[in-house]
Amino acid sequence: MTLNCKHVWAQVSDYIDGSVTPEMKADIERHLANCRRCAAVLDSTRNILVLVGDERTFELPVGFGERLHGRLQQWMESSDRSGQE
Amino acid sequence: MSSTTDKNTGQTDLAAASAAREAALIARILAGERELFHDLIRPYERGLYLAAYSVVQNQSDAEDVAQDAVIKAYQALKSFRGDAKFSTWLMAITLNEARSRWRKNSGEQLDFLSDCEDSTGDYTPSVLADWRYIPSQELERKELRQALREAIAKLSPEYREVLILRDVRGMSIAEAAVATGVNEGLVKVRLFRARLSMQKLLAPKLAPKQRGFMGWLTRKAGGQ
Repeated sequence: MTLNCKHVWAQVSDYIDGSVTPEMKADIERHLANCRRCAAVLDSTRNILVLVGDERTFELPVGFGERLHGRLQQWMESSDRSGQE
Repeated sequence: MSSTTDKNTGQTDLAAASAAREAALIARILAGERELFHDLIRPYERGLYLAAYSVVQNQSDAEDVAQDAVIKAYQALKSFRGDAKFSTWLMAITLNEARSRWRKNSGEQLDFLSDCEDSTGDYTPSVLADWRYIPSQELERKELRQALREAIAKLSPEYREVLILRDVRGMSIAEAAVATGVNEGLVKVRLFRARLSMQKLLAPKLAPKQRGFMGWLTRKAGGQ
């Protein structure tokens, strides 16, 4: 099947996830080989997702873990005292 | 056997071993070793915070939500049946807690459970002539991290959720569906929209232009 650019854009997310059929994958790759703009759309989307997924993009607030476990511990102890869970 | 098959088998074995370790921990906690609950949730601290932050978009509220969610998870541990992974179950509790907080704070009644199923709609990417790969080392620059966070903040909450679960936490589509309480088809639609929106918001800023990405960062850093 010959895909146009809009067809390819609609498949970008599934293509990145590797969840398109082998036939669709081949059609997309045939289109990408001849369409620099769609290749740039795919490359930019994939690149941006790699950056979003990097641990440095979202850092935990300093002391987050200590406060989380502290509150949980406090709750466990207070539920012990009140005899409930 | 191919190396890919070996790798997949290895990952499956690791996941099974991890699930067995968690099941044993949960049994001991329910039998009275309550302190072990701290160990059970430790691997998911970052995920808890990010899931909460994806909805409430505020550091202080996200911390409160994560804390309330672990207490709720502890209280409900007896009801955990192991149909989903513990981490997925924990994320579902966290997202529900975050949505309640978000509704309370904003006074809005966003319907997280329904959506238009039309997968493409007006969601089109930013069409570029070229793209030059931006290496992860560039994240050392706070302007880039800020630009990524600002773009995510502009997404609708239901799109942010799936983007964070899938592309930041690395959950599968099926796990993200369980955690968000919607079907897999809807997760895929939301993910498609979230990813294309991120591309549309960021690619024009980051693409090589006359002064290029480094030029954009420099201008951004200079407050221009």
